Amino acid sequence: DTSLAEVNSFSSSVPISPSSMINQYKLEDEPELRDLFITVDDPESHITAIETFITYRVVTKTSRSEFDSSEYEVRRRYQDFLWLKSKLEEAHPTLIIPPLPEKFIMKGMVERFSEEFIETRRKALHKFLNRIADHPTLTFNEDFKIFLTAQAWELSSHKKQGPGLLSRMGQTVRAVASSVRGGGVKNRPEMFTEMNNYMEAFSQKINVLDKIAHRIYKEEREYFHEMKEYGPIHTLWSASEEDIAESLKGVASCIDKCCKATEKKMAGLSENLLPILHEYVLYSEILMGVLKRRDQIQGELDSKVDANKKADKDLFSEEIGKLEDKVECANNALKADWDRWKQNMQCDMRSTFTNVAENNLRYYEECLATWESFLASQTVELHMEEDSEDRP
Amino acid sequence: MEDCLAKKVEITVSEAEKRTGRNAMNMQETYTAYLIETRAVESQSEGQCAPVDSLWRRYSEFELLRNYLSVTYPHIVVPPLPEKRADFVWHKLSADNMDPDFVERRRIGLENFLLRVASHPVLCQDKICYSFLTQEGGWKEMVNETGFQLKADSRLKALNATFRVKNPDKRFTELKHYSDELQSVISHLLRVRARVADRLYGVYKVHGNYGRVFSEWSAIEKEMGDGLQSAGHHMDVYAASIDDILEEEEHYADQLKEYLFYAEALRAVCRKHELMQYDLEMAAQDLTSKKQQCEELATGTVRTFSLKGMTSKLFGQETPEQREAKLKVLEEQIQEGEEQLKSKNLEGRDFVKSAWADIERFKEQKNHDLKEALISYAVMQISMCKKGIQVWTNAKECFSKM
Repeated sequence: DTSLAEVNSFSSSVPISPSSMINQYKLEDEPELRDLFITVDDPESHITAIETFITYRVVTKTSRSEFDSSEYEVRRRYQDFLWLKSKLEEAHPTLIIPPLPEKFIMKGMVERFSEEFIETRRKALHKFLNRIADHPTLTFNEDFKIFLTAQAWELSSHKKQGPGLLSRMGQTVRAVASSVRGGGVKNRPEMFTEMNNYMEAFSQKINVLDKIAHRIYKEEREYFHEMKEYGPIHTLWSASEEDIAESLKGVASCIDKCCKATEKKMAGLSENLLPILHEYVLYSEILMGVLKRRDQIQGELDSKVDANKKADKDLFSEEIGKLEDKVECANNALKADWDRWKQNMQCDMRSTFTNVAENNLRYYEECLATWESFLASQTVELHMEEDSEDRP
Repeated sequence: MEDCLAKKVEITVSEAEKRTGRNAMNMQETYTAYLIETRAVESQSEGQCAPVDSLWRRYSEFELLRNYLSVTYPHIVVPPLPEKRADFVWHKLSADNMDPDFVERRRIGLENFLLRVASHPVLCQDKICYSFLTQEGGWKEMVNETGFQLKADSRLKALNATFRVKNPDKRFTELKHYSDELQSVISHLLRVRARVADRLYGVYKVHGNYGRVFSEWSAIEKEMGDGLQSAGHHMDVYAASIDDILEEEEHYADQLKEYLFYAEALRAVCRKHELMQYDLEMAAQDLTSKKQQCEELATGTVRTFSLKGMTSKLFGQETPEQREAKLKVLEEQIQEGEEQLKSKNLEGRDFVKSAWADIERFKEQKNHDLKEALISYAVMQISMCKKGIQVWTNAKECFSKM
């Protein structure tokens, strides 16, 4: 399996967890067709007179002919990722663009530049780029290619091109206005109403799941802290005992081992379940946005058709034709991407929750082995005692 | 152990009942009464079922019995009663004395207390003990007639007094030290265990939320629906399983609590020895000083400074008659003192001998019981792990079918 070997060979100073690699694999059903491999690692902090910020190293390996080279290494900051996302949204308004990690995370009161925060963000950025790479349309986007390959100065000069801030703002204003008028909802095809209903329900469920997962993590952490104190008391007790000292020490050691197993279980949660659920919380927002944009495009067509009717003559027939094409494209793109998204979601949920179950199994199996071996040692002692009592 | 009561009679505390009555101040009160059933063992072995004797007792009567035994047998490590109020409670447990779970655990504790007393070679022979089990009416009066209350008050005082013993038996000093350590370490353990139980309860119960959400989510999914729904069911099972697990652990906690209270009983025996030793030393000291006084009076020399000596020097000495009278009194006191000292010494030695015998018996019992308790704790943990493995194996299967 050469593709996997390629990815492993450059895993450098910051190793990427195997589970995230496996997740990448499961995104597509034909992994052998992958020809673009991206990693995000090596966060570095930069201090200037005006600000402090973090850059991440983005390494790309590819066999595609459109790329001049087969390997690229660039450094990008969070702003650059934001730029990429907005360019992709602009170019493909009804495609599902993967979520970016948020700017700040207020709830955990995590410091902006704490190690934990940076690592969580790095993993999410890595996920973001790989999801784009796996997308049949987005992977060939020109801005994406530039993001992966351009040197810092090239990227900033490229960013300055394209529609200015004002024109982009104008677009947003028109879009908001259209959605306020309820544009596109009247003639919305049944399929998209179903999608809307689904997304509303899904969004609610995924948010609750995210909260539950965090709550479980918190409870596990509290349990871990109490267990850390629990074991040593038995050791302390054994110091004043003779006959039962060994048994007490045995219990202390079992509790300590279970304590360490709990720590492992917690790590599993924070590496796998929590990031995935969070990603899908963000995805649900993105999807609601995509559905709105489709409605807006439909709305443009509808309002032109209405205007045409009022005008009595076929004033706008050419424009209407173009808009009809636009709507059809948008609908088809969304439909295809929706199906793909649903499949990926199912896959991700299946593998994530299976992983959670496996985590718990490993935990219980470890604890079981610990206590069983303690029990065996105690019963051996009992038998030895009984034997010595029987002897004359 | 050959003649102990437990071998002849089967004792159970089989029921608990809520009652209302009027207390000493004629105010209405609610209390719980416990049914004690006794049945002779011998007739059972003949294939016949012996008749069951039964009577009702409340907790305060058990307390009275125990106080009586502690005072009457100060050299015995008297088995403790289950706690008066719920202590080391974690959030799900109630601190209410009338709570059915608390009453149930107390019933078991009281039965255990009676079994311990009945299997003790010395205590089981006590008549008051026997009539506690067999005579419902008039028992309280019988206990009070023994006059143990007087001894009880002085005992309470002694247990709390501070005094310095010059030559204690080192074994008792070490044992008292041990009983203090045991009390401290077991209460610490019980406190942390309660917190651990609380946290574990939290972990399991939050998983129950998965069940609800999975079920709701499955309603909007086509292919994933079945897997989600059945996984959700297993999460509910997981969340519910903690109740039984922690209930069982509560029994383990009760076993440790018994020895926490036993440590107090052990300490009481050590203190009794200290008290007797102190008493002895005071008596010996008193005797020595009286003998000295005697000698001084007889020889006329004053070896030790005394106010009386000074005043007599200042205001004139006593008459020979006065001195004779004093000498006579002293000689009588000395004779009394010597006899008392002899009997105190004898008492002391007897106490040490019989106390130490019971302490050895207690040590063996403690080591056996605590070891068994630790083993039962391990068994509980194993059972909990096995349940967890079962549930998560099922859940994993459901998830993989999503």
